[in-house]
Amino acid sequence: MWGLRARGPGGGLLLALVLGGLLWTGGVEVEPGGAHGESQGFQVVTFEWAHVQDPYVIALWVLVASLAKIGFHLSHKVTSVVPESALLIVLGLVLGGIVWAADHIASFTLTPTVFFFYLLPPIVLDAGYFMPNRLFFGNLGTILLYAVVGTVWNAATTGLSLYGVFLSGLMGDLQIGLLDFLLFGSLIAAVDPVAVLAVFEEVHVNEVLFIIVFGESLLNDAVTVVLYNVFESFVSLGGDNVTGVDCVKGIVSFFVVSLGGTLVGVIFAFLLSLVTRFTKHVRIIEPGFVFVISYLSYLTSEMLSLSAILAITFCGICCQKYVKANISEQSATTVRYTMKMLASGAETIIFMFLGISAVNPFIWTWNTAFVLLTLVFISVYRAIGVVLQTWLLNRYRMVQLEPIDQVVLSYGGLRGAVAFALVVLLDGEKVKEKNLFVSTTIIVVFFTVIFQGLTIKPLVQWLKVKRSEHREPRLNEKLHGRAFDHILSAIEDISGQIGHNYLRDKWSHFDRKFLSRVLMRRSAQKSRDQILNVFHELNLKDAISYVAEGERRGSLAFIRSPSTDNMVNVDFTPRSSTVEASVSYLLRENVSAVCLDMQSLQQRRRSIRDTEDMVTHHTLQQYLYKPRQEYKHLYSRHELTPTEDEKQDREIFHRTMRKRLESFKSAKLGLNQKKAAKMYKRERAQKRRNSSIPNGKLPTEIPVQNFTIKEKDLELSDTEEPPNYDEMSGGIEFLAGVTKDTASDSPAGIDNPVFSPDEALDRSLLARVPPWLSPGETVVPSQRARTQIPLSPGTFRRLTPFRLSSKSVDSFLQADGPEERAPAAKPESTHM
Amino acid sequence: MGAAHSASEEVRELEGKTGFSSDQIEQLHRRFKQLSGDQPTIRKENFNNVPDLELNPIRSKIVRAFFDNRNLRKGPSGLADEINFEDFLTIMSYFRPIDTTMGEEQVELSRKEKLRFLFHMYDSDSDGRITLEEYRNVVEELLSGNPHIEKESARSIADGAMMEAASVCVGQMEPDQVYEGITFEDFLKARCSGSRL
Repeated sequence: MWGLRARGPGGGLLLALVLGGLLWTGGVEVEPGGAHGESQGFQVVTFEWAHVQDPYVIALWVLVASLAKIGFHLSHKVTSVVPESALLIVLGLVLGGIVWAADHIASFTLTPTVFFFYLLPPIVLDAGYFMPNRLFFGNLGTILLYAVVGTVWNAATTGLSLYGVFLSGLMGDLQIGLLDFLLFGSLIAAVDPVAVLAVFEEVHVNEVLFIIVFGESLLNDAVTVVLYNVFESFVSLGGDNVTGVDCVKGIVSFFVVSLGGTLVGVIFAFLLSLVTRFTKHVRIIEPGFVFVISYLSYLTSEMLSLSAILAITFCGICCQKYVKANISEQSATTVRYTMKMLASGAETIIFMFLGISAVNPFIWTWNTAFVLLTLVFISVYRAIGVVLQTWLLNRYRMVQLEPIDQVVLSYGGLRGAVAFALVVLLDGEKVKEKNLFVSTTIIVVFFTVIFQGLTIKPLVQWLKVKRSEHREPRLNEKLHGRAFDHILSAIEDISGQIGHNYLRDKWSHFDRKFLSRVLMRRSAQKSRDQILNVFHELNLKDAISYVAEGERRGSLAFIRSPSTDNMVNVDFTPRSSTVEASVSYLLRENVSAVCLDMQSLQQRRRSIRDTEDMVTHHTLQQYLYKPRQEYKHLYSRHELTPTEDEKQDREIFHRTMRKRLESFKSAKLGLNQKKAAKMYKRERAQKRRNSSIPNGKLPTEIPVQNFTIKEKDLELSDTEEPPNYDEMSGGIEFLAGVTKDTASDSPAGIDNPVFSPDEALDRSLLARVPPWLSPGETVVPSQRARTQIPLSPGTFRRLTPFRLSSKSVDSFLQADGPEERAPAAKPESTHM
Repeated sequence: MGAAHSASEEVRELEGKTGFSSDQIEQLHRRFKQLSGDQPTIRKENFNNVPDLELNPIRSKIVRAFFDNRNLRKGPSGLADEINFEDFLTIMSYFRPIDTTMGEEQVELSRKEKLRFLFHMYDSDSDGRITLEEYRNVVEELLSGNPHIEKESARSIADGAMMEAASVCVGQMEPDQVYEGITFEDFLKARCSGSRL
C-alpha cells in the first residue's frame, strides 16, 4: 500500500521537476531563440517563453493539481483515510520545497487577489446553487445563530484570551496591542466553507448536521468581513482614537454588509432567472449566463464592499429553482458539471497552494506560546460556544442537537484559506507582528485541515453519529409529504399560530402566483412540480433499467422492434369501456403533460397526417442495422443537434410508460374479465383480417413460423386458460407470468410487433415494409428477448439504480435529496 | 369560585387526555371560541372564516378530517355534524409537538397516529382501504394548486403511486392478482420501508 501511496506524490514530483526545468529555462531565456537570434533574417522557429509565461505556468499548476488528484485516487485506501485536502496540502509543501530549492524565492503563493477573485467564487457559487433549500431555510435560525453569535464569540474570546496571556508575559516581547489581538481573533474565528466542504463531503454525517456546519461557514462571512474591516481600521486609527461612534458604526456596518450582500445576491438571482427565461434560441450559451451573472453578483457586492460570499451564495440559492426549470436539460447538466468542475478545481488549487505558500522562510516567525495557545483557544472556545448556543437552541428546536452532534459541530470548526488570505492581506506597516499572525494562521489551518480532517472520520464512526443515507425518492412518500405539509400549515392556520409551516406555505403561494409567473417559462411552470418530477424521474429510471436489463440479456431487439407507439397513441378510437378510455386518455397525457416534449408531440402530429410515411421512415430507421458509431460530421458552434440516443431514450421512456400503465390497469384495476375477453376477441378478429395477406408477403421463414405458432398458442389459451385474458391488454405483467410458465412464445410480448393488441391497425401498415428490409432477426424480437426479460414493475424497478454523477455531484445530490424528505421524516415539526 | 374550580378541573382532565399543557389548552380554547363565534361547538362552515385556509388545496379534506369520527375516536366511520372543544383538542393533539421527555416508543406511536390521520384523510369511505379512486381524488386536490397541471396527469401520478405501493407491498404480483387498495399496513410500508420513520 505504501508503494501506491508514494506513487501519487511521486507523479506530482516528476511533473514538478519538469515544471521546474521549464521555469528555469524560461528564467534564463536560453538556447533556441538565442542561437537563431544571431542570424537577423526571418526565423522559422522562435522560442518565446516570456510571451506565454503566465498562462503557461497557471495551466501547468492546474495540471499538476489535477494529476495529483488522479494520483491520490489510485489508492482507494489512502483517500478513504486521509482527506484529499490534507493530501493536497502535503503535496503543496513538497512542491513548495522543490520550487524553493530551485529558486530560493517563494515565487508562487496564494495571493489574496487570486483567491478572492478567482478561486473562492466558484466554490461558494457551487455551494449556493446546489444548496438544499428546504433544509437550509428550515435550519436558518440555528445557522444564523452559529454564524453570527458564534463567530463573534470565537473572535472575542480568542482575541481577549490571547491578549490576557500576552499581558502575563508568557509570549515574550511583542509589538502588539489589544486591537491587534482582536483583529487576529476575528480573522481566525471564522469557520471556513472550503475546508468544511472538503472534509465533510467525505464524512457523510446526517444532513441536518452538515447543513448547520456548512451554512454557518457560508453565512459567517459577513461577520468575518465586518469584524476584520472594523478592527483593521481601528488598528490603523490607533487604539486611542477609537470612539464609541466608531463602534456603533461597526455594528451598523454589520447589518449593511450582511443584508446588503444578501440583497445584491437576490437581485442578481432575479436577473439571472429572468434572463434564462428568454434563452430558448441560444441554448448553447445558456449555461454561461449562470456563471457570468452570479460572478457579477460577487464582484458587485465586492465593489460596494458588501459581503461578496453572501451575495453569491444567495444568488445561487435563489436562482436555482427558476434556472433549473428554465434551461434545457442539457444545459442543466452542463451547468452542473461545469460548476462542480470549477469548484473542485478551485478547491484543489487552494489547498495545494496553501501548502506551497507555507514554504517561505521569510514569513515564518515562531512564537511557541502564541501558536499553541491560539490552537488551544480556538478549539476550546469553539466547543464552549457550541455547547452554550446549542443549549439555547434546543429549547426551540424540534430536532434536538444531541451531545454527539455538538461534538461534531465543535470539532468540525475547520479554518481554512479564507483566514489565510485575510491574514496575508494585512498591512505589515500597521500590524507590526503580521508575520507572526501569518505563520500562526498557517499552523492553525494545517492543524485543523490535516489533523482534525484526518481524525473526524474515525470520530464520527466512533461516536456513531447519524449518517446520511441516500434513498430513492418514492412517489408515495412525496405525495404524503406534500399532503402533510398542507395539513400542518392548515393546522397552524386553524390554531391561529404563525409558525414555520405557515411561512413556508405563504411563500410557496407567493412564489407560484407571482415569482414563477415572471421568472419561469410557461412550459416550465407546468412541469415544475416536485411530485411530477419524481414521477418523471422514476419512470425514466424504470425505462433505463428496462433497457439495461435488455442489454444484459444480450439483446436489444425488443426495443428495436417495430412497435409504432407514436401512432398507436394517436389512434384513440372511442372505446366502449370507461376504464379503457381513461387509460388511453392517461397515455396521451403522459406524453403531453408529463414529458412535455415538443419534439415528440410534433412527431405525433405529423404522424396523423401521413402515417404511412412515418411507418416507412420508422422502419427504415429501426431496422437498418446501425453501425455503432454514427456521428454526424457537421460542425456547428451554435447548435447541438440532439443525438440519436436521446431520441431513443425518449422513445423508450414513452414505451415503458405505456407498458407500466397498461399493466397496471389490467393487473391491478382488475379489469373486467369479460370485457377483456371481448376486447381480445375483437382484436384477434381484426388481426386475422389484417394478417392473412401481409403474412404471405413476408419472404422470410422465421417470422411466419413464429406467427403461426403463436396463433396456435392463442387458440389454445383461448380455450384452456381463460384467466389469461385478463392480461391480454397488458404487456409487462403478463410477460412475467409467461416467463414463469416458460411458454415459448407470449402472445403479448413486450413489444411484439405482430401481437400488441392495440397495434392491430398498424400491422397492416407495417406489413408493407419491403421484404428486404425485414430480416427475421430484427422484425420479430428474438424469443430470448421476449421471454427472458422478466419485466414487471415489481422486478425491474430499480434493479440497477442509475447513477450518472461523479462523486462530488453525488454527495450533493445526497444533500439535495433529503430536502423534500424532511417533512416526511419529521411530520411532527409543527409549532403549536 | 365553584365554577372556576370546575373549569380548572376540566382543564386538568383535558390535559390528561390530550397531553397539552394548560397554557396551550387555554390558548386553543380562545382560538376555538373565536372560530365558533362563542358557540360551544364548531360546524364545518366555521372553518370558512379562516382566511389563510383558503389557499390550501386540500382544505376540504382537512376540514373534513376534523369531523371524522375515526379521528375523533368515536366510531369506525361517519362524520360528526359539529365538534365541541374536546373534540377539537383531540384533533389538534395529533399534531402536538413531540416532547423531549417522550420515550422512543411514544414517539413512534405519535408518528403512527399522524400517519393514521393522513390515512383516514385519504380513505374517504372508511373501508380501511385507499382505493385507486380515492387516491386519484387526493392527488388531484393536492395538485389543484398548480393551474398548469391537468387532471389527467394528476391521475396518472396517482396511478403510478398506486402501482408503486402495490409493488412495495405485494412484491411480485401473480398475473391474476388484483390489488384492491392500500390498507393501513401497506400505507405504513409504502411510506416507511427504508426510510428513517
